[in-house]
Amino acid sequence: MLDVRNLSVSIGDREILKDFNLTVADGEVAAIMGPNGSGKSTLSYVIAGKPDYEVTSGEVLLDGENILDLSPDERAARGVFLAFQYPVEIPGVTTMTFLKATLNAIRKQRGEPELSIPDFMKRVNAAAAKLDIKSDLLKRAVNVGFSGGEKKRMDIFQMAFLEPRFAILDETDSGLDIDALRIVADGVNALRTKGRSFLVITHYQRLLEYIVPDKVHVMAGGRIVRSGGKELALELEKNGYRDYVEAEVA
Amino acid sequence: MAAVQETIDRVKSIDVSEYKYGFFSEIESEKAPKGLNEDIVRFISAKKNEPEWLTEWRLEAYRRWLTMQEPRWARVAYEPIPYQELYYYAAPKTAAGPKSLDEVDPELLKVYEKLGIPLNERAILAGVEGAAEASSRVAVDAVFDSVSVITTFKEELAKAGVIFCSISEAVRTHPELVRKYLGSVVPPTDNFFATLNSAVFSDGSFVYVPPGVRCPMELSTYFRINEKNTGQFERTLIIADKGAYVSYLEGCTAPKRDENQLHAAVVELIALDDAEIKYSTVQNWYPGDAAGKGGVYNFVTKRGDCRGANSKISWTQVETGSAITWKYPSCILRGDNSRGEFYSIAISNGHQQVDSGTKMIHLGKNTTSRVISKGIAAGASQNTYRGQVSSHRKATGARNFTNCDSLLIGNDCGAHTVPYIEAHNHSTQFEHEATTSKISEDQLFYCMQRGLDAEEATALIVNGFVRDVLQQLPMEFAVEAQKLIAVSLEGSVG
Ligand SMILES: Nc1ncnc2c1ncn2[C@@H]1O[C@H](COP(=O)(O)OP(=O)(O)OP(=O)(O)O)[C@@H](O)[C@H]1O
Ligand SMILES: [Mg+2]
Repeated sequence: MLDVRNLSVSIGDREILKDFNLTVADGEVAAIMGPNGSGKSTLSYVIAGKPDYEVTSGEVLLDGENILDLSPDERAARGVFLAFQYPVEIPGVTTMTFLKATLNAIRKQRGEPELSIPDFMKRVNAAAAKLDIKSDLLKRAVNVGFSGGEKKRMDIFQMAFLEPRFAILDETDSGLDIDALRIVADGVNALRTKGRSFLVITHYQRLLEYIVPDKVHVMAGGRIVRSGGKELALELEKNGYRDYVEAEVA
Repeated sequence: MAAVQETIDRVKSIDVSEYKYGFFSEIESEKAPKGLNEDIVRFISAKKNEPEWLTEWRLEAYRRWLTMQEPRWARVAYEPIPYQELYYYAAPKTAAGPKSLDEVDPELLKVYEKLGIPLNERAILAGVEGAAEASSRVAVDAVFDSVSVITTFKEELAKAGVIFCSISEAVRTHPELVRKYLGSVVPPTDNFFATLNSAVFSDGSFVYVPPGVRCPMELSTYFRINEKNTGQFERTLIIADKGAYVSYLEGCTAPKRDENQLHAAVVELIALDDAEIKYSTVQNWYPGDAAGKGGVYNFVTKRGDCRGANSKISWTQVETGSAITWKYPSCILRGDNSRGEFYSIAISNGHQQVDSGTKMIHLGKNTTSRVISKGIAAGASQNTYRGQVSSHRKATGARNFTNCDSLLIGNDCGAHTVPYIEAHNHSTQFEHEATTSKISEDQLFYCMQRGLDAEEATALIVNGFVRDVLQQLPMEFAVEAQKLIAVSLEGSVG
């Protein structure tokens, strides 16, 4: 599914990702953990195509195609989705309007016709039910005045609605209460299929009890410094990142 | 333009030939020589068979105009207008129009395509010579509207007692009303452009809604006979008598090309006791080519007089066209408890210059007003909100709320807010809020991550920004306006 090869990324004259490599197989859930500032959000932005980052070398292959030259919307049409660490507010645009605009834009890029209103509503309702989203939230402007937890949940709801092939969850768990965490995790688990992969960025092993990853990677100083199975998360929870950070400094 | 396809279909099913010679023939030829003097003013008045008082009224305005200076206080820049080089009556159609669609600014044609305007109609809008004559379907469409749709429409209105006709017709059929109200809100001496208009006005709408009548439908310029020929000096007069209500729609989303670069319209609204007038405009005159050449100068005076107690006047405007816009739809809140509203979306792109806003003049007791202005500047454009709110010594309990937001797209445009606030009594409460923001990279990226391309994302964010105002528009206008906003912003993002 996703193959990141020798990726180096800078902002200004500061290198943030350094010869970064990562592979996520079809249907795999990969978790990335790592200290603050190690470059996790940067990685997710670069995969999604945010401007301002300078890729100095390397490739990001999605199903074998290098997507680095594609615009963010073209990547979205190929099934890339990013649940933001800080979802953005769009005043005056209701979530409903937004969902319709995004889905139709993606369908247009794929050469598919617009969804009829009844089909669209069905799809909204199905996703809303999965994530226990109340309909009044859909009538409000996108993320405006939403609590931190609501914003995160709405982003996962959008994911469930758009049904991407490759989804990145950047610290979706931070800000969620215990019940919401379970709802979001159930929502994600319901979407797990052979053809869909996830990259889950988190600081807490608790999320990974609900969304059980196939692989756990430790990121420090702009590269993956260790990879393992789900038990690696437990070990990190106990010992922290000290070993890795020190290794990086040395 | 929404009715076009439907109309064409209906025309096909009737015998077309009977409508062939309706209204266009007599308008064709007559023209005054170029330039302006008293003879031209008399010529215009004579052509319209106007009564003597109106001829004198025009002449007085003309003499006054000669003594006036063109205003220079607006934040717009343009070359001096050669007033003696212009035509003031039925500008000849053959004057330098494009010969075919090939000669029309391709950008303009693209816009027509995006708005879904039928091919043959594009030529007419673009001012291609002979297009109206050559394209029988469209000509028929126009005549059909004038003759058939208008007839049913007028019957309905007549039942309600509403008068809706061209102002020239009203001068003939309802001289007492015209004489009583014309120039009573915007006096012929008001300002340089209004005075010019008073001298040479071509045509426009006249509406009178009798006491206690709620006008049964929205009145639209689209349904007015000879709408094409109202010319550059349009004059509109709307009167809502005691307890009456009327909603009036002006304009069209299609960017209409016009040889007349200077447009100086005057609109006067009068609301008597307990009456309400709602006036909505979509203005999309040709803004000029990519270099800003050839666009319309839109110098309009629009003013409403809440003359009666408890009356209400509400202006809603979506301004996207014209090279230069100079326009301040205002309310004089004379009647006690009267209310004025101004809702505005002004979008500028390319080299457009917009200086627009409102005046709320509180004269009566407990008068209230509300101003919501959304200015969007893109490209190399300049967008100024200029607003005046004042309360008279006797206007106790006057209240105004103004909210004025500007959104910048890109780094080469400018947005400016120029409020004038004067309170002359202690019980006045005026609130003014203003914000200026740039469209944020984070918002754009968020939308694009979800699949919208840069232009779609910009249009969505801008539509959100102007939502409060869009909601004030009548439904079908709102839908068209939304599309128009997207089209107007094209090319504004890299
Ligand atoms: N626009 C920017 N300008 C300058 N430095 C930046 C910018 N964006 C990120 N950085 C820096 O790059 C480094 C990596 O940031 P990033 O947000 O990717 O970290 P992270 O691993 O997601 O951290 P956290 O766990 O706190 O979310 C940080 O040191 C950060 O300050
Ligand atoms: Mg982060």
